[in-house]
Amino acid sequence: MQFGIFSVGDVTTDPTTGTTPTENERIKATVRIARKAEEVGLDVFATGEHHNPPFAAPPNPPVLLANIAAQTERIILSTATTLITTNDPVRLAEDYAYLQHLADGRVDLIMGRGNTGPVYPWFGKDIRQGIPLAIENYALLHKLWREDVVDWEGKFRTPLQSFTSTPRPLDGVPPFVWHGSIRTPEIAEQAAYYGDGFFHNHIFWPFEHTRRMVELYRQRWEHYGHGPADRAIVGLGGQVFMRKNSQDAVNEFRPYFNDAPVYGGGPSLEEFTEQTPLTVGSPQQVIDRTLTFRENVGDYQRQLFLVDHAGLPLKTVLEQLDMLGEEVVPVLREEFAKNRPAHVPDAPTHASLLAAENTEAVAAGEAR
Amino acid sequence: MKLTIVSAGTTSPSSTRLLADRLTESLTKQLGDGDGEELEVHVVELRDVAVDIGKNMVTGFPSPALQAELDAVTGADGVIAVSPIYSASYSGLFKSFFDVIDAGALTGMPVLIGATGGTPRHSLALDHALRPLMSYLRATVMPTGVYAASQDWGGEDAGELHSRIDRAAGELAGAMAGTPRSRRAGDGFSDFVPFEQQLADLGQLDV
Repeated sequence: MQFGIFSVGDVTTDPTTGTTPTENERIKATVRIARKAEEVGLDVFATGEHHNPPFAAPPNPPVLLANIAAQTERIILSTATTLITTNDPVRLAEDYAYLQHLADGRVDLIMGRGNTGPVYPWFGKDIRQGIPLAIENYALLHKLWREDVVDWEGKFRTPLQSFTSTPRPLDGVPPFVWHGSIRTPEIAEQAAYYGDGFFHNHIFWPFEHTRRMVELYRQRWEHYGHGPADRAIVGLGGQVFMRKNSQDAVNEFRPYFNDAPVYGGGPSLEEFTEQTPLTVGSPQQVIDRTLTFRENVGDYQRQLFLVDHAGLPLKTVLEQLDMLGEEVVPVLREEFAKNRPAHVPDAPTHASLLAAENTEAVAAGEAR
Repeated sequence: MKLTIVSAGTTSPSSTRLLADRLTESLTKQLGDGDGEELEVHVVELRDVAVDIGKNMVTGFPSPALQAELDAVTGADGVIAVSPIYSASYSGLFKSFFDVIDAGALTGMPVLIGATGGTPRHSLALDHALRPLMSYLRATVMPTGVYAASQDWGGEDAGELHSRIDRAAGELAGAMAGTPRSRRAGDGFSDFVPFEQQLADLGQLDV
């Protein structure tokens, strides 16, 4: 099972000091956080894609991820999410394949439709076409990575004749793709159809949304002939804040919670931690809570935590990563491995996809 | 059969709840023992979940207590929705409750609308505010809405209120008896468009 972090890249005033990081500080902090994630032994760093303040997440994630790739050795670089609706699938095919080469295959993507309505018109698209855009654009992207020469026609972009997206994916193996959605069944259906992964961001929302979406995805994965439902590839988010003593964690996090745009003004910290996956407390509480996720979705493949949010200073975020790496993730690895059926696969990586491709090629050769 | 009352009165007792109770009483009588099935009545007092409704508006999801009340409404065979008239329209609390119900969840639901006010001058709020709201939610709104002003509870107008209550409740009784149990709208998890169909619609299905 993979463990990692995902960042929304928000530039938020620290409510306890009144200081706001500059965009430059926030962007450099993001790189520092990604490096730290590798240092403490996490498996995945994923970045959001944003096109509006108050975010300093990359508008084109491969720019950030290529920079991190140059400074790391092992960690998988991903997105949370890549906008499949408003980006040209040709550019996605090109940029992420290029990133694959730079990062020696340490790349996958989570596709999403975005959380900001106006982003559609900014890129000449119509929000009412959100789902058809996600479907058509991904159908083209999927083809561009798998066919060297593409003839294609669709509703939302100019047709392509004898087009070759360059560079070709590393070793001829396209990056693994997850599809993210909070409560749109069509997206779970899309992930199942292609045999891709399904990621639920699993923050700000009750468990019930996650449970239903994953259940649908697993059923439809089986329906489309990719194998039994419990072999489908599921990823979850989660948000944590930890201190050695749980009351210290609550006291320290509360002002950030109260001021955060997504939390403030609504339910209390206590209600939110009860009704959503947000966990504020000791590392042991985070371990216990995270282990319950499996009860809602079955054995799964990837767990990402949001830790650099709501104006928390870089120093605090790095401390959170130390605790995740030293105290939480080693225990989670051990506990999640218990009673996990042998046929439940790990999340695909470049190496595993390449090996599978080679095995298939050998099998095809023998059959001949 | 299940009947759910949504009452947006804020005092206790409130004339809004009083009107809802009178409608329920008349409905129960008129349903009689037609098919021998007991009428289960559930009352949602919006005052009790007012804070949760506010929280839902900022978080996008209901608390467990509010979810239970939403389920009682969307899972009913008929609904009586009664609001006090404030500033020439339904109360903000009444509207907020219907704002946090999932779009489509009331499709085809038989709904009887009622309102209360200090004077009869705002009786048309039923038809210019509550009725279009319910139409937007694709509910089946009963032709008779019942407005009760303070003066309708006594004096010479009381008899007329009675007959309006009986007429409206009779309409709802008929609609509830005639509406199949399968009225409930799909929630998207059971009636989504299969992916091949979506690809085919966009001309993207490779054959």
